[in-house]
Amino acid sequence: MSAVLPRRRPARRRTELGLLILAVILTGGLYVLAAEGKAGSLPANIGPFLAVIFALLLIAHLAVRRLARNADPVLLPMAGVLNGIGYVFIARLSPTQARYQAAWTAIGVLVFVATLLLVRRARDLERYRYTFAFLGIGLLILPLVPHIGENINGARLWIHLGPLNFQPGEIAKLALAVFFASVLVERADLLSQPTLRIGRFIFIDPRYLAPILMAWGVSLLIFLAENDLGSSFLFFALFIGMLWIATGRTLYLGLGAGLFVAGSIFALKAIGHAQSRIQAWLNPWAHAETTGYQSIQGWFAIAAGKVFGEGPGQSSAGHIPEASTDYIFAVIANELGLLGATAVLVAFLLMVGSGLRIALRAQRDFEKLLAAGLSLILGVQAFVIVGGVIRLIPLTGITLPFVSYGGSSLVANYILLAILLRTSHDIETPQAIPPGAAGIVIDTTLTGISGIQRESA
Amino acid sequence: MNRQIRFVGIGIMVLFIALFVQLNYIQVLRADSISNNPLNGQRVVREYNQTRGNIISADGVTLADSVPTPNSQFTYLRQYPTGSLFAQVTGFFSFTYGAEGAERSYDSILTGANSKTPLPRNLNDLKNLLTNGNRSQSITLTVSDKLQKAAQSALGTQTGSVVALNPKTGAILAMYSNPTYDPNVLSQHDQTKVEAAYRSLLAEPGNPLSPATYRQRWFPGSTFKMITASAVYDRDPALTTKSYPVSSALTLPDTQNVLRNFGGETCGGQLPELFTVSCNTGFGAIGLDLGAQKLADQAQAFGFNQTPPIDLPFAAQSSFPSVASFSQNRPILAYAAIGQASVQATPLQMAMTAGAFDNGGVIMTPHILDHVTNSQDQVVSTYQAKPWLRATSPATAQSMTRLMLSVVNSPDGTGTLARIPGVQVAAKTGTAETGTGQIDAWFAAFIPGRSIAVAVLVPNQPNADQYQGGTIAAPIAKSVLEAYLAGAGNPVASSPTTPTTTPTAGSH
Repeated sequence: MSAVLPRRRPARRRTELGLLILAVILTGGLYVLAAEGKAGSLPANIGPFLAVIFALLLIAHLAVRRLARNADPVLLPMAGVLNGIGYVFIARLSPTQARYQAAWTAIGVLVFVATLLLVRRARDLERYRYTFAFLGIGLLILPLVPHIGENINGARLWIHLGPLNFQPGEIAKLALAVFFASVLVERADLLSQPTLRIGRFIFIDPRYLAPILMAWGVSLLIFLAENDLGSSFLFFALFIGMLWIATGRTLYLGLGAGLFVAGSIFALKAIGHAQSRIQAWLNPWAHAETTGYQSIQGWFAIAAGKVFGEGPGQSSAGHIPEASTDYIFAVIANELGLLGATAVLVAFLLMVGSGLRIALRAQRDFEKLLAAGLSLILGVQAFVIVGGVIRLIPLTGITLPFVSYGGSSLVANYILLAILLRTSHDIETPQAIPPGAAGIVIDTTLTGISGIQRESA
Repeated sequence: MNRQIRFVGIGIMVLFIALFVQLNYIQVLRADSISNNPLNGQRVVREYNQTRGNIISADGVTLADSVPTPNSQFTYLRQYPTGSLFAQVTGFFSFTYGAEGAERSYDSILTGANSKTPLPRNLNDLKNLLTNGNRSQSITLTVSDKLQKAAQSALGTQTGSVVALNPKTGAILAMYSNPTYDPNVLSQHDQTKVEAAYRSLLAEPGNPLSPATYRQRWFPGSTFKMITASAVYDRDPALTTKSYPVSSALTLPDTQNVLRNFGGETCGGQLPELFTVSCNTGFGAIGLDLGAQKLADQAQAFGFNQTPPIDLPFAAQSSFPSVASFSQNRPILAYAAIGQASVQATPLQMAMTAGAFDNGGVIMTPHILDHVTNSQDQVVSTYQAKPWLRATSPATAQSMTRLMLSVVNSPDGTGTLARIPGVQVAAKTGTAETGTGQIDAWFAAFIPGRSIAVAVLVPNQPNADQYQGGTIAAPIAKSVLEAYLAGAGNPVASSPTTPTTTPTAGSH
């Protein structure tokens, strides 16, 4: 048994530091090029800029070194470089937003460190499943509360606290992922074995699904009430994906597809917002000045980029509505071309890949499912917004993780990153079994499913 | 669970490959067709936000420049410091209406789009490669601010055109016409104001947006006799010694109509006499003697029915009727020989025609560009003068110069008002009947050996003695010539900092 135990990984932090330095060089270089391209001069604050991003990434790195030293070395540098590229483009589009984004990045890194400090073992989260469920749903409801909530672009998903705008749905998604993971792990057996017999057919007892279905339904309803189609879809995909990963039953994928079609038809009939989005997707040219404007301008910007891009700071893509948030990918594709856009996509793939590898290597089902769920969030969210911008799928306004302008998104994604790294560290670290606790952790119902090794005692 | 996780990985991979494929579709496969979509305003916006080189007069005055506008939707504002003076040369650069004039014909030079990006050899080159900013180039024109001002002040408030050029090189030295407009109103950022200004300019009489000097045509009247006379020397020399009867009217073939002299005067004699006094009956008869083919060939040789290769957009062709059209209507030939009937010419054409005689019979390609400089003020390229047409033989050019000198010098010449003390002026007057009871006054002149030819047109004057080419247009041409002689057309002799010493119209 001891043969399968992971070893300690001291080299990983050196790799991470090296990659982080590369990320700083890349971001700094891009920042200089963007300033040269836009104003024709070196940015005045290049020194402090490099110092600050290096300091922030160094803090994150030292925190990982101290708190999760065996964690995956790729995730943090990838997040850093995406955050850096995003910042450069936000700074290029709007200096005001850039100041906020810088502050939010700092807060994000602090929250990242705090998450690593607070969550000492990923599996501890499992115990607070209902806390997370209520937290998640509470955060989702928050924007609907009068006086706090705020409508932005037809979607009510912001809360307004003094000078701060916050999108609580971003955090809610993480809380609910934790909740799903813990509930699904507990009931995986029941959910994958049909037990309810009605006549000649055997069904899965819906009672076991109830808490999840309820959480899903409530969240979906709230999303629809808030008109946030992108998050609705993301949330739905997360739910179905995690359900399938936990049970392995293709039935759930079919069920999910059916529910998705039904939901889409309902949304199309009921929500004007959704109709115009579909219109803008299928034939934006017919509404070039209205619903199709953003979509078309985005296309023009991306097409103008061609393979090598127009050069950092040299485009005129700033006129696209929501250029720094939903449409930041169009600006990147415009100025960095196919090569730069592909690099961003590859960065996301690497992050998702690292996350899924953590899921594969994890020994506890909860850790597996949580890591897979968080990776799924990252991958699907990037796909949904990029696909929307390049008109592969209808556009739904969600942020491009780490890249888009937006504080809540940035903070939530740094929390996601911290949990992934914490999980990674847990599974790579040989653990001393706390005296008296041995054996309790392992739920016997789980051992049969994925061949989990009982820890050597 | 690992199986599902792997499948999720594959699934996300597939989704991202789909993104990559779509990106290739947009950025590679269909990049050009999407970029060229008429709805794509980004291209125009980009152009409008680019730095754009300056346009500078031959004597160093800035005619167009771009100033940064930090608080506007656009990065730069295009300005024309000389206002309406150079409007029809520089044109305008408008977000809504595109570009006109030199702004249009030299757009790719001004934006730097034509300049090849060299491999960076030093830090500055590298910087240029990374930025859009320094790629723009400035153009210096052959048109001088001082001569342009002289033309403007000589015209005063009258509607009319002045074209002055260097016949040896084809360089345009002045190109001004009334009415004109202020290009600043079309380049401003507020597009509703631009649209209103553009509409009101379109409605203005005289169509100021269409430069009269090279894009509008009139009957050349007696100035066309330069071409008829040179056709005699070139194509039917026997007629040079033929004496035409002194008369006040010429009986035309196939009709009861007669061609009358201006103001009912009587005239006649040989070619030099006919030319000096601008004898309509004589030249009508010469036209009939020459025949349609020879006259049409000569007009063609001087550039009629061809678009002059000037570096300004949409130059008009001067026109001479087809030979076939005369076979149906012989009397028309007599009218064509004196620049009436369907003969039409731009002021530019008549300046080139007069200039040809000072350049051995060769018309040089007319141009306004002198040289191009890059953002470091280094000369990138210089316009190389090239011939356009051989209009006539050197011998004919000499004979014509003699005829045109006598128009000014001879006591009974029609151009005596253009005499300049100490200088020989060669010229031809024109008083074209418009058919509406008005006349267009013309004057085409050059100073032999001094590299200056000028054409003046003052259209739509009352049909009376004091409103003839020789009385209205000649003094204007004279003051432009005097300004030129005083150094206004010479780029070396003047600089923008010296106080204006522009000589005013013939005050002595």
